[in-house]
Parts: sequence; structure tokens; C-alpha cells
Amino acid sequence: MATIAKTENEIVEDFAMFDQWDDKYQYIIDLGKTLAPMNAEWKTDERLIKGCQSRVWLYTELKDGKVIYHADSDAIITKGIVALMVRVLSEHTPKEIVDAPLNFIEKIGLKEHLSPTRANGLLSMVKQMKLDALALTAKN
Amino acid sequence: MNTSSQIPVTFSVTKVRADFPILAQSVNGKPLVYFDSGATAQKPKQVIDAIHAYYSSYNANIHRGVHHLSQVASAAYENARKKVQKHLNAADENEIIFTAGTTASVNLVAHAFLRSRLNAGDEVVITGMEHHSNILPWQQVCHEKKAILKVVAVNDDGSLDTNHFASLLNSKVKLVSCTHVSNTLGTINPVKEITSAAHALGIPVFIDGAQAVPHMKVDVQEIGCDFYAFSGHKVYGPTGIGVCYVKQSRYSEMTTWQTGGGTIKTVTFEKTEYVDGPLKYEAGTPNIEGAIGLGFALDYMNAIGMDVIAAHEHELLVYTTQRLHEFDNVEIIGSAEQKAGVISFNVKGVHPFDVGTILDQQGIAVRTGHHCTQPLMQRYNVPGTVRVSFGVYNTKDDADRLIAALEKAIKMLS
Repeated sequence: MATIAKTENEIVEDFAMFDQWDDKYQYIIDLGKTLAPMNAEWKTDERLIKGCQSRVWLYTELKDGKVIYHADSDAIITKGIVALMVRVLSEHTPKEIVDAPLNFIEKIGLKEHLSPTRANGLLSMVKQMKLDALALTAKN
Repeated sequence: MNTSSQIPVTFSVTKVRADFPILAQSVNGKPLVYFDSGATAQKPKQVIDAIHAYYSSYNANIHRGVHHLSQVASAAYENARKKVQKHLNAADENEIIFTAGTTASVNLVAHAFLRSRLNAGDEVVITGMEHHSNILPWQQVCHEKKAILKVVAVNDDGSLDTNHFASLLNSKVKLVSCTHVSNTLGTINPVKEITSAAHALGIPVFIDGAQAVPHMKVDVQEIGCDFYAFSGHKVYGPTGIGVCYVKQSRYSEMTTWQTGGGTIKTVTFEKTEYVDGPLKYEAGTPNIEGAIGLGFALDYMNAIGMDVIAAHEHELLVYTTQRLHEFDNVEIIGSAEQKAGVISFNVKGVHPFDVGTILDQQGIAVRTGHHCTQPLMQRYNVPGTVRVSFGVYNTKDDADRLIAALEKAIKMLS
């Protein structure tokens, strides 16, 4: 399993190929479309991260000491970015996740989507992913 | 749809656009198309210059000083009040209270007027297309007084169910509050008829004019309402200034609300004697440059002519609506006969946030989301809409740019 930093670097390299905004966004949209559908029973109000505009659901579980994330969103661009976050953080130990600086979003030019004013739920989701990992560290 | 008068040949949108410095820029490498005037309108240099002139040459606190600058600033502030009076055709300048905006005006009337008249079991009637700002202050006072908030149904086309409205009027109703133009649907409500029906039973009427005053001539005496509110920033003026028109005969029924400097005749520790008129409701140093800027904004609109603005924007509304109908999978939400200012739509199967994001990448500024009308979104069972809203500076070219950008967005997202 690649480290979090290595996956982040892979994504940054992938995005470096896109000269045009539309290629970049098409890639994110396609990622959103291919993200494994989340188990309907996990899409409950308590797992809902409310953004003003798009909604994000996050379900976190621990398997063999590794954190597994399942996530979904009702907006496809948000879902695409969610897919990237899951790819980077899933299947790592809680400690690795809590310690990860996570700067790839900025490097691939999507920082605006993590702005608190964007109100798409992504910033809250990133925080929640780390909080869930922290809670699982405590359990561990 | 509402038919407005012809646009005179003297009107030049190119000339208008030259008055708005902000419109010349590019966003994401594309020339900006600003279709979010419903959220806030851009400001012409006449307004920007007026604010600059105030701070450069006559900034002083008002109604308090004997010195020259204070006299000049006070006169300018009161002159702005006269401009608002004239613009709304209010009977008297003392009927114009400056507030922080429409929201503050609703809160003022909820607390200074409604609260003391409301008893348990009384009712307040609003409509299903209100902005949160014209729901929450009434809801809060109703909760406190154990009164009931009644909501007029909205028809599928976005018009008001006037039969339902009539059925809700009775002696228990202590206030009717209704938006003049819906910020989400664009529906122009029959506020004159609504006011007459309520007045027939002695019920006072509040009209939220935030989305009407930017787009059409508003005459409060013709409407006959008791209260009328609008915001400066949506009429090409500064943010943080707004208006609450209070019909003269209602002043005696208002209690004090927010008190402080500027509202009094005499103060002792035992009691205070308040001034009469609008200053009683403008506690503290008011938004002086805001009021002055608002006055210049109204001057700006009147120099073009409210009928001309209405006709120009109506033409854009019709044209953009027609072009949106070219898409099979675009659904317009709100198709009432009488519309102004905005078009809300959704692309079938696509979240409005995604559409807005791809439009933004192409330099098109629209608003997406619930537009502070969550109950209305629930009514139409949508998470939100994409809202295009017009200003006097928008062009058919802007509409064409939107359509091309939307075509691309649909291609990418479907």
C-alpha cells in the first residue's frame, strides 16, 4: 500500500497533464461518476455533512487496524473531489491519517473548493475524516 | 408575461456598462458576465464617486454638530431621505426610515409594530415564496407570543394562490407580509390587490420590495401598503443601507425598539422622551455614506428611467427564457405570467452546484442553491436552482454567452 504522500504525489502528477480547465473538471466529474455507490443504509442524516449547497455523506469503519472510508455526494463535482480524498486517505492507520498534512488539493488547483465560503461540505468532510480517524485511534 | 413600455432609442447599454468599472474584468480568463444582481447589484461610478466625495470632503457626524461639516453631512443625509421618498412616491419624507437593509426593516416592524399587538392564538399571514428574511422575524415573534404563522400556497407556475390567500384572512390575522417580487421565481405578486383585501378587514400589510425596487417603478401610495422595505445594495447602492417605509398613520402604533443616541428629546435616569418620526428608529450613528450613496443610486436609475430599465430587463428576461427553452433537459422553475428580474432553472438529473461551478469556470456569475428560500425549494422538491438575475447593464450577448456556457456544462455533466 502506497503511503498517503505517495498517493498525493500521483494525483498531483495526473493533474499536471491537464492544460485546460475543462479537461481537469471532466476528469473530476468522471471520478465522481465512478466512485463506488455508498450503501443506502449508511446515507443517514447523522452521517450527512451539511454544506449550504451540496451534501456529503461519510461512513467510516476500521478493518484490521486500517480506516476505510465510504463517501457520497449529491453533486458530481463534489463527489469527484470526495473520491480523491477517499483514494488518498482510505486504508491507512488512524495515526497516518491524523498526521497527514494533505496539501494535494491546493497543488491541483482546487483549493477554492475547500474554501469555507464555498459551502459545498468538502471542508467539513475533510475535517470529519480526520475526526473519525482520531475517534478510531482512541478506540484502538 | 408583463409587457413593459418600449425601450427608447436614446438608451445605450454600452454607455451604461461604461459606468460600471467592475464589469470590465475577466474571471477565469474569460470576460465577466455578471448574472447575480439579485444577490447584489454592481455599483456605477456615480455612486462610488459620491461615497468618495463624502469621505474626502464632508465626513462628519450628523444631527449633532453646529460646525460646518456636520451641517453639510446632515443636509446630505436628509436629502437622501427626500430622494427615497420621491422614488417610492411616499406622502411624506418622515415616512422613510433608514435601516441596515430589508432584513433589518422586517425585524424593525416585527418588533416595533407587530410584537405588542400580537396575542396567543393570533395569526400572521405570509406566502410560500418568501425569503428567509421575510419569514424568520415573524416566526420568532409568533413563537414568543404563541401566535400562528399561516402560509399562502404557491401555484405550480410560481404564482400565488390568491383564493387560498383570501381564505386565510380573518379577524385573528394581525399582519400580512408578502414579497413584491420573488427572489427565486421572479413572480410579481399582485401587492395592490393583496393590500386591498387585507385592509378590507383592517389588517396591516408589509411588502418586501427587495427584488422589486431594482426592476420597476414602485408607488407605495398606489399599493396602499402600511410598510414597504428594500435594500440599497440591490439598487446599485452601497451595502448596509436599506429602507423601511412606514405609512404616517402607523407611526403612533409603533413602540420603540432599538434605542440610543439620536432618538431622544430629553434623557434623565428615570425616563426618556423620544423624538417623533424616523430618527426615533435610527439609533446610533447611522450609515451616513450608505444613505448618501443610496440617494445617488436612485438618481442614477431615475436618470435612465425606471420604465426604460423595466423594458430593457423584460426584453432580456423574455430572450433568455426563450433561449433556455432550446434545451430539452432544462426546466425553468417559475413561469408566472408576471415576472421580473430573475430566472431559476435546473438541468434534469444535474445538481445546480455542478452547473454553477462549470459556468463560473467560463466567467459566468450566477447564483446556485436555495436562495434563502428553503421552504420554496421543498415545495418544488429540488435541492436548489441555478438563478440568473438581471441588471440594467446586462445584454443579449451576456445571455448568448450563458447559453453557450450552459451547453458546455450540460455536455460535461450529463
